[in-house]
Amino acid sequence: MEGVPVKRIRGAGVAYTVGAAMIILIMLFPLYWMFNTSVQQASDLFRIPPSWFPSVPNWAGYESAFRVQGASIATSVVVALGVVLLTLAIAAPAAYALAQFKLRGGMAVSIVILVVQLIPGIVMANALYSIFSQLGVLDNLFVLILADSTASVPFAVIIITAFMSTLPPALIEAAEVDGASRFRVFWSIVLPLSRNALVTAGLFAFLSGWGDFLFAVTLNSGGKFVPLTVGLYQFIGVNATDWNAVMATAVISSIPAIVLLVFAQRFISAGVTAGSVK
Amino acid sequence: MTRNPSAARRQLIYKWLFLLPVICYVSMFFFFPVLTNLEQSFRGSTIQTFLRGNAPFIGFDNYAAIFNEPLFWRAVANTAIFTVVSLVGQFVIGFTFAVYFNRRFALNRLFRALLLLPWLLPLVVSGTIFRWALDQDHGVFNAILVNVGLASEGVPWLSDPQIALLSVTLVNIWVGIPFVFVTLYGGLQGIPDDVIEAAKIDGAGAIRVFWSITLPLLRPVILVVQLLGLIYTIRAFDLIILLTQGGPANSTQTLATLSYFRSFTTFDFGQGSAISNILIVVAMVFALLYIRVTNSEKWKVSQ
Repeated sequence: MEGVPVKRIRGAGVAYTVGAAMIILIMLFPLYWMFNTSVQQASDLFRIPPSWFPSVPNWAGYESAFRVQGASIATSVVVALGVVLLTLAIAAPAAYALAQFKLRGGMAVSIVILVVQLIPGIVMANALYSIFSQLGVLDNLFVLILADSTASVPFAVIIITAFMSTLPPALIEAAEVDGASRFRVFWSIVLPLSRNALVTAGLFAFLSGWGDFLFAVTLNSGGKFVPLTVGLYQFIGVNATDWNAVMATAVISSIPAIVLLVFAQRFISAGVTAGSVK
Repeated sequence: MTRNPSAARRQLIYKWLFLLPVICYVSMFFFFPVLTNLEQSFRGSTIQTFLRGNAPFIGFDNYAAIFNEPLFWRAVANTAIFTVVSLVGQFVIGFTFAVYFNRRFALNRLFRALLLLPWLLPLVVSGTIFRWALDQDHGVFNAILVNVGLASEGVPWLSDPQIALLSVTLVNIWVGIPFVFVTLYGGLQGIPDDVIEAAKIDGAGAIRVFWSITLPLLRPVILVVQLLGLIYTIRAFDLIILLTQGGPANSTQTLATLSYFRSFTTFDFGQGSAISNILIVVAMVFALLYIRVTNSEKWKVSQ
């Protein structure tokens, strides 16, 4: 964007909007191409030069995507929801304790959680595969949910703790004076007040469970449960020429991210920022 | 309220009960796997011994073997190039976007939201898109390049060992831009207007303000973005598997993919674990740096 004056000039607003639109067009062009490929006529896929717009949309790719990947879609939904539940069940109480009880050792727990978040996934995959294979529980949906949750629990603890630290202690003390137990306070006061943080953490847990590839491809070697990410990967290998169906599957895999961005944008923005700033 | 020592102790136990699930979880799903991985790296495993669980203890032989293997060093170099070029590219473009969006204009909010999309998509989807878009004969990128005259014939993005690493890195830059953009945009928004205004009244030009005020104030945010970016980039796996599977001729083999192939295609979990342990050591060095930065820098700007 050379040549755009840094100083704010009256009336330059429209020019800035046009420039920003150009940035968006370039950055999101690959997504447009995914959609365009998914609905192109099969005969247009290999045309040179390519057809930039689908003249007559061809939905056959979606038909075969749903036919071949239907079970995978269901698997991914179950896995992602499972990851959300497990993540919140573990992270929320921990975050409450870290944010509100001044425990000796609380700081150490926080640092450990910060560090384990940074362990590379391939380390986890190597180890979890041998642990689970020795226990004879590979190819198991719950085990996959457990493994996937390792990518979202630390992050959830961090952002929910950050939020719960802002709750006034007086509020919680007042309830305790009234004789409510700590668990009652947590359940009926702290959790409802922390709704926004729980939603943000939950959305990210969903996206991370939905998008997981590494654990899905390593822990499900038997192929009993194939989430959509692995389904898509195998689809390319098997079906290298049917790019209609492959891209239709990719579009379907993108739906949660797009839906969440449209309906829950403020939570998503909050989460992306929180991930880097503590 | 709790003078009574036994009541105080009970209070303390109640408090720790909230942390019990996460402590058990971290022990079982982080500490135990990391130790398992370490132990595994000292055993020589083949498909038979791995399945029977009686792989013999061989000390540092796995490490010696991989250090003597040219392919390992190739993967080290690839990982380093992939990481450094990704970080530089994401930073330059993400920062430029952040500066650009840090002013008022119509649709700013909507566009910022849309820019997040590449970051939110499953990496497998991004990999799939670019696998087709970068196809030598039918990919849209070559079509554009040839159309505007930047190339006379299709570039073999993913099939030429000389080019593949660069292509994979470019895709990774595309994926990572939103993260840098959003974080630095937040940092820029956090710089109080009056600081900038005061400098301008003192006669500082826009470029001077940027170098002497904006950049120094953003330093902590930039440091965190780059450290986290580094830790997340050295482990890159999904994109590479989708785009090239480490090929052609190992030209895009990184430590993560090499570890994966050792463990899950040749069932040499000993070497696979050894390679991934080297990755964890690098990650932890930068993780310590990250903790030092987040604890020592005052968060004046970002919040």
